[in-house]
Amino acid sequence: MSANQILERDASIIRRTAVPARNNAGSPARRRLRAMLGTIVPLAAALLGLLGTWLLVSYVLLNPDRREILVPPPQEVLTTSFLDWSHVQPMLKALLLDIEVSMTGLVIASALGVLAATVMSLAGWLERSLYPYAVVLQTVPILAIVPLIGLWFQYGFNARVIVVVIIAIFPMIANTLFGIHSADRGAHDLFTLNRASRWQRLVKLQLPAALPSIFAGLRISSGLSVIGAIVGDFFFTQGQPGLGTLLNTYLLRVQSPDLFAAIILSSLFGIVVFAVFTFLSKLAVGSWYTGAQSRSDDR
Amino acid sequence: MSVLTDRAAVQFTGVAKQFDTGTVALADVDLSVGAGEFVSVVGPSGCGKSTLLRLASGLSRPTAGEIALRSDRIAYVFQDPTLLPWRSALANVELVGELHRLSKADRRDKARAALATVGLSEFENQLPAQLSGGMRMRVSLARALVLEPDIFFFDEPFGALDEITRLRMQEELQRLLHTATFSALFITHSVSEAVYLSNRVVVMSARPGRILHEVAIPFDYPRPAELRYQAEFGQLAGEVSAALLEGHA
Repeated sequence: MSANQILERDASIIRRTAVPARNNAGSPARRRLRAMLGTIVPLAAALLGLLGTWLLVSYVLLNPDRREILVPPPQEVLTTSFLDWSHVQPMLKALLLDIEVSMTGLVIASALGVLAATVMSLAGWLERSLYPYAVVLQTVPILAIVPLIGLWFQYGFNARVIVVVIIAIFPMIANTLFGIHSADRGAHDLFTLNRASRWQRLVKLQLPAALPSIFAGLRISSGLSVIGAIVGDFFFTQGQPGLGTLLNTYLLRVQSPDLFAAIILSSLFGIVVFAVFTFLSKLAVGSWYTGAQSRSDDR
Repeated sequence: MSVLTDRAAVQFTGVAKQFDTGTVALADVDLSVGAGEFVSVVGPSGCGKSTLLRLASGLSRPTAGEIALRSDRIAYVFQDPTLLPWRSALANVELVGELHRLSKADRRDKARAALATVGLSEFENQLPAQLSGGMRMRVSLARALVLEPDIFFFDEPFGALDEITRLRMQEELQRLLHTATFSALFITHSVSEAVYLSNRVVVMSARPGRILHEVAIPFDYPRPAELRYQAEFGQLAGEVSAALLEGHA
């Protein structure tokens, strides 16, 4: 009996059959296109699903008299709000204001946050005495102190920025501090052996090592800054209206399509801000920071 | 009082180290490294070999005894390459000059020269993540060489490399020894590495570490790679291994 016959007789044999190499799609441009489609197609499918659900709720679940108020169908949001300049213009103006408020607040929160964390990292006792208060800042409900902020700083631009700073600063402090402490022990020894000054250690070792964490904090804080701006709008109605102000107005006047349009706009705003800071982070530390620091020992 | 005997570059006199946890890492170590001498220390893991280097370099203080150094121009090569991942190979080597506040031109020239010595001139702009393990270790060596130190401390520098890279690195280091005039204290757990590189091999016991035995290695530098397969080399390695086993029992 030949070897082949033995194999055929034995039904329990496990075969590892060959699969030809796919020789993946020639040019890099095509491969990039394919990767892009791989991201976009599922996203688009989910969006379609969402729109479908929206339509379903509007037309199937709700009576016509309630539909217009509770869930106006998407095409109506599009025609009465987004495509009508007199409706969309105040929203865009409000959006611009919110962009200004949130980005001003974010810049201040980042600068103060990195500075505070750097100061805390200088000595154990500084960190032990200050960090708990940073945590308190995070845990005190913002809504509880907002009226006080209004009382102190009026009800306009400054007060809104301060709300953003309070909401966005904690992730900056916490992430920067974590990053500063993450510098390699061996690298610290190297600096010690070369008699590095405290300043050299901070600037050449600890802060660069903290950059990936600082950017991670920035991504979280950027999203929070959008929330802060809109929350600020709700409370501080002096001066130009922000998206939060409009949301409130539309709700009171039962302008449901406009309400939906404003919600969509503020969500898009948040998503774009998050995407921009994710991109910036990749640009800044992507070349050397690979997350897990994958290291292959042979090449 | 410092008791630095003639021609000694590093001298341990009655050195002991007990950690705050109570663990006695080293007990009564007397050891000297002569000027221009290459001394290896072998011993079982956890015997306090690395502690020896941390004490000598001043990263840590002994709890008894004294360590005297002929020069403060020391370099330390760590177990890991310990490169800053955001700096290129060249910038990593330059770091030492920066910390010592050399002028930009001076430290760059010195860094380029050191990278050339380890054969990495073409890779000066690469980030550590783009280099292989062996190349990263060579950058680390270049960084140690850059200020032309008098005393080198090596803490199992090739321990994490694969066998072929490791042998090649030993040969390169040994070629450097031939041209340079530094003293070196080299920690390793590889007997053949110790014999191949050193003028003298010191065997330590398990914790608490103490010195059990010393073997002089008479071969001239530069040493050919094939030396490792010669009978005399084997005999010396055998002597070191026997002492190691004895200390382990």
